[in-house]
Amino acid sequence: MSADRLLSLFHTMARIRAFENAAEEASSGGVAAFGSTLGAAKVRGPLHLSTGQEAVPVGVCANLAAGDAITSTHRGHGHTIAKGASLEPMMCELFGRATGFNGGKGGSMHIADFSVGMLGANGVVAAGIPIAVGAAHAYRITGSKAVIACFFGDGAINRGPFLEGLNWAKIHVLPVLFVCEDNRYSAMTSTDAMTAGPGALARAESLGIAGLACDGNDVEAVHDAAAELLGRIRRGEGPQFLHAITYRVKGHVSVDPAAYRDRCELARALEQDPLALARERFSAHGIAAAELDRIVAQAEAEVAQALRAAAAAPFPDGEAAYTDIQDTGAGQWQ
Amino acid sequence: MTYAQAGRAALAQAMRADQRVVALGEDVGRGGIFGQYQGLADEFGPARVIDAPISEATIMGAAVGMALAGLKPVVEMRVADFALCAMDELVNQAAKARYMFGGQARVPLVARLPIGIWSGAAAQHGQSFEAWFAHVPGLVVVAPATPQDNFTLLQASLACGDPVVYMEHKELWGLQGEVQAAQPAPLGRARIAREGKDVTLVTWSRALHVALACAQDAAAAGISVEVIDLRTIWPWDREAVLQSAAKTRRLLVVHEAVRAAGFGAEIAATVAEELGIPVRRLGGPRIPVGYSRPLEDEARVSMETIQQALRG
Repeated sequence: MSADRLLSLFHTMARIRAFENAAEEASSGGVAAFGSTLGAAKVRGPLHLSTGQEAVPVGVCANLAAGDAITSTHRGHGHTIAKGASLEPMMCELFGRATGFNGGKGGSMHIADFSVGMLGANGVVAAGIPIAVGAAHAYRITGSKAVIACFFGDGAINRGPFLEGLNWAKIHVLPVLFVCEDNRYSAMTSTDAMTAGPGALARAESLGIAGLACDGNDVEAVHDAAAELLGRIRRGEGPQFLHAITYRVKGHVSVDPAAYRDRCELARALEQDPLALARERFSAHGIAAAELDRIVAQAEAEVAQALRAAAAAPFPDGEAAYTDIQDTGAGQWQ
Repeated sequence: MTYAQAGRAALAQAMRADQRVVALGEDVGRGGIFGQYQGLADEFGPARVIDAPISEATIMGAAVGMALAGLKPVVEMRVADFALCAMDELVNQAAKARYMFGGQARVPLVARLPIGIWSGAAAQHGQSFEAWFAHVPGLVVVAPATPQDNFTLLQASLACGDPVVYMEHKELWGLQGEVQAAQPAPLGRARIAREGKDVTLVTWSRALHVALACAQDAAAAGISVEVIDLRTIWPWDREAVLQSAAKTRRLLVVHEAVRAAGFGAEIAATVAEELGIPVRRLGGPRIPVGYSRPLEDEARVSMETIQQALRG
């Protein structure tokens, strides 16, 4: 991979990391769970952080064109940023402001930017799978050359729509890249303990869907695997499967201290931090650490600007609660 | 033409007029189990009349994805009872996408969920869930009772741009009736199926036909019954119901669905609040639909019950 390409991926990962760190801080006191109490938080409700998982969306989305699409999960900030969404309307959405992508109606769990082909995060595990399959089916019907990357976690492989959606995509030879972003946890429980058989990729292969497994913390590995699989999809070979193994550095939600897991496990995982791994690669390219520090500082400045804009942005009026529901019967809310 | 043929004709007409309209579901390529898709695969091909595996969740979920990507899918669920396997996709996804994405996208789909007690089909093929879906913001709920309405309301549902739960009744598929292609039937508008002055009887779907027979009998006994076919359950036509009830000063709601927490309760409560007149509602007992004829009959609202209620 060229140094410029790698720097671009690093920059996107740094933006995601900075966004997640800022969102985490702003959500302190935002939800009463895991023993934490409600306080005056800027970001309300459950906030699912993708800290440490940045290489997966960045490596995959670098291979998508503007006209291609993705579906995402409840842990979707990284996917949204990697697909090209702007930080400011994202942060505004987390802050519940009228200027957010969803006008404050969705928040973190439903964040979407259809203008860049980000067809929505989703509050229900595995729910994005049939939606991605349907969008891909629409591309097939309309003759569009677009493809879709469908992100989901390891917990999703134990839900029915996983089987149904993969089966559907295969029988209809649809242009879907299924991306299992395996962070090892199904909410607060180790996915291994809850999952029979040899895992995600084997399940896909049992349906005749070919795929690759890769180190999900190595952005080059993710990038190259996704490039290979998307190439097959664009050649008309039908759905492909990427099993990207990463690690959920934070708890299930931002206020979850993840006290149920072994500290050594976390320490080992932190040694494989995707941004740190990328930094190691740059030395081979002769790029100085100072240059990378500059990129990180720039990403942090972008997020700081988004935070300032979000804090200053107006909340939606109460009347906005009654728009964008349905046209038939609009006004008949009682 | 029959009620089934009317639905088929409406869909065929919409598919001819708009390339974005597609149908997907189990067995649609072979006309569907009730013949309501007969011949469509021949006319429009398998790319637009899409055979699906027995995967209700993904049939509905894929339709949501298709709609988000610009198509107008008609979703075949076989019987409403099977749509329970697709509740997340219908209630959390289809009904909510437009709102939770802040209006960035819409989900114009029509989900066909045939309802109703149906010739010995027992407890998992005969339920009427219209009240469940009327409870869900974002959804439109339609329950046609005649071939004419099955034609016009299916067309209106396809045109409205909202997610519609379209509930045909399985004992009406063979019902014959005139169908005027040009007759408009906007969603949310009830139809006065019989004019009267003594009592307003609000009903829908198959129960309309039972109600009309009862009204005929009541007329012989000197009671003039105004029968309103609600047609759209949500948004329901409050004006038509309130106007009629204000005239007759008595309201009876009759539906086949279980009476407890049925949609009749919403109508009766609204009329009582608005007009302060006597209201009654009839529906099925809160029992599963049994297989054996005497058990199945217990789950129905009988003509005798309705007649008794009309006599007050």
